[in-house]
Amino acid sequence: MSTTLSPPHSAGAPAAEQRGATILFEDVAIEFEEKMVLDGVSFRLPRGETKCLLGIAGAGKTTILKLVLGLIKPDRGRITVLGQDVSAMPEEELFELRGRIGMVFQESALFDSLTVEENVAFRLLEERKLSEEEIHGRVVEALRFVELEHTLAMAPSELSGGMRRRVAIARAMVSEPELLLYDSPTGGLDPITSTTIIELIVKQRDVYKTSSLLVSHRLQDGFMMASHYFDTAANEMRPLSQAPRTDVHTTFLVLREGKVIFDGSSRELAASHDEYIREYIA
Amino acid sequence: MELISPSELAKEKIHAVQEYSLLAGRSIGNLFSHPRYMADTLQQADVIGVGSLSIVVLTGFFTGAVLALQTSQTLQQFGSLSLTGQVVSLSMVRELGPVLTGLMVAGRNASGMASELGSMRVTEQIDAMRALGTDPTKKLVTPRVVATIVMLFFLTIISDLLGIGGGFMVASLVLNLDANQYWTTAYQSLEFKDVLMGLTKPVFFGFVIATVGCYYGLTARGGTQGVGRATTQAVVASSVLILMVNFFVTKLLIAWFT
Repeated sequence: MSTTLSPPHSAGAPAAEQRGATILFEDVAIEFEEKMVLDGVSFRLPRGETKCLLGIAGAGKTTILKLVLGLIKPDRGRITVLGQDVSAMPEEELFELRGRIGMVFQESALFDSLTVEENVAFRLLEERKLSEEEIHGRVVEALRFVELEHTLAMAPSELSGGMRRRVAIARAMVSEPELLLYDSPTGGLDPITSTTIIELIVKQRDVYKTSSLLVSHRLQDGFMMASHYFDTAANEMRPLSQAPRTDVHTTFLVLREGKVIFDGSSRELAASHDEYIREYIA
Repeated sequence: MELISPSELAKEKIHAVQEYSLLAGRSIGNLFSHPRYMADTLQQADVIGVGSLSIVVLTGFFTGAVLALQTSQTLQQFGSLSLTGQVVSLSMVRELGPVLTGLMVAGRNASGMASELGSMRVTEQIDAMRALGTDPTKKLVTPRVVATIVMLFFLTIISDLLGIGGGFMVASLVLNLDANQYWTTAYQSLEFKDVLMGLTKPVFFGFVIATVGCYYGLTARGGTQGVGRATTQAVVASSVLILMVNFFVTKLLIAWFT
């Protein structure tokens, strides 16, 4: 029985995916109760890259993640995820696509009536493709990745906020998704726990090379991801300055009032002359 | 409090009816597609059926008992006290058994469903379920609908029997009626159409209870306050709908039998 989480394999997919984009937003707009939340948003997430969405509360960051998953539909524009147009896809077909995407919710969103093991195993149990033994092995492996294998039988209510967030990461990655979405994974956590979570995200990025979109209002999260890599031999995160690598791709997207005002690397962000961005990163 | 224009209010209400109808339709449509959640359905049957047993037993028994007490006063005036069994059994089987059981189960379970699903909704667990590739209407709604319909059917039978039993206790201990006479009139007065009418209603009531409870839960908004509001609305709406549906089903069945 193999319990190793291997890097995901891409299915044959057309259009945007063939052009190397895991996510492609083209002039996307959406409004809630006559308030424009996103207005003409366009960006591209290349395969294997991590993009950090920055912006103040209400800028439309979480809305972008929900649009990627097809949980809500745009009023205008086109969204292509893993080669499929989710803006025109019926709910039944979206369930299949969502099976290839992992999502970590802002408040973890663990099922409180299930144990940690059942939470992490949820998708695998629903897919009904693996035996119970194989599922247990995969769950233990995913929980070991987030260093919580001892919590298998615990209820989510028995865990701390940081532990819940780590279980949510294990749940998102257990099915070896091709795309990971993180919604404010460090929100409401203390600085030490936040660093632990970012270390796990960097580990996931560098070990499994999964494309990911990370929403945060904490600039330091993004900069830490952009300036560090995960050293598998030492099993810890280290600054890129100690060992420059070319396979670490983290870029930034800054939103302001539903519009993209920046899309580029950490260096470009730091060098930006835009007044709002200067104030934001100050 | 924000004022809302009549046209906006009308639009909201029509939208709510549309969303409820779609959910109700999907809850039935899901029965014909995979995956089916047998374990969840059995778990819900236990929660709804076994969990409601005590209140249904008590409600049925005391309704039958008080019915015997009340009707005996009138029947005595016409010298027809011996018909107490007939009155109790007909009233319980045709109307009071199904309606009161429906109302009791609505009070207990529509509120339970609305609060459980509402809590899941406001803590993003419903979105998480969709994000994990699972259809919440298949996993959460359809098992509750099936379990409520099936269990309400059997709970109604229990309520009917306990009601007639309650009537017998009063007839025997208070009115000093002959036991054999009570049971004979109670049994012989029932026709197939009475039983059919009494057992058709729980199917509709069960569907109403589960779909209304789930609808209000899945559309809950605004944190814990929103969950509380959804719970109250679910009980009120399901209770009123049970009484309305009861009228139409009764009218339909009477027309069918005549």
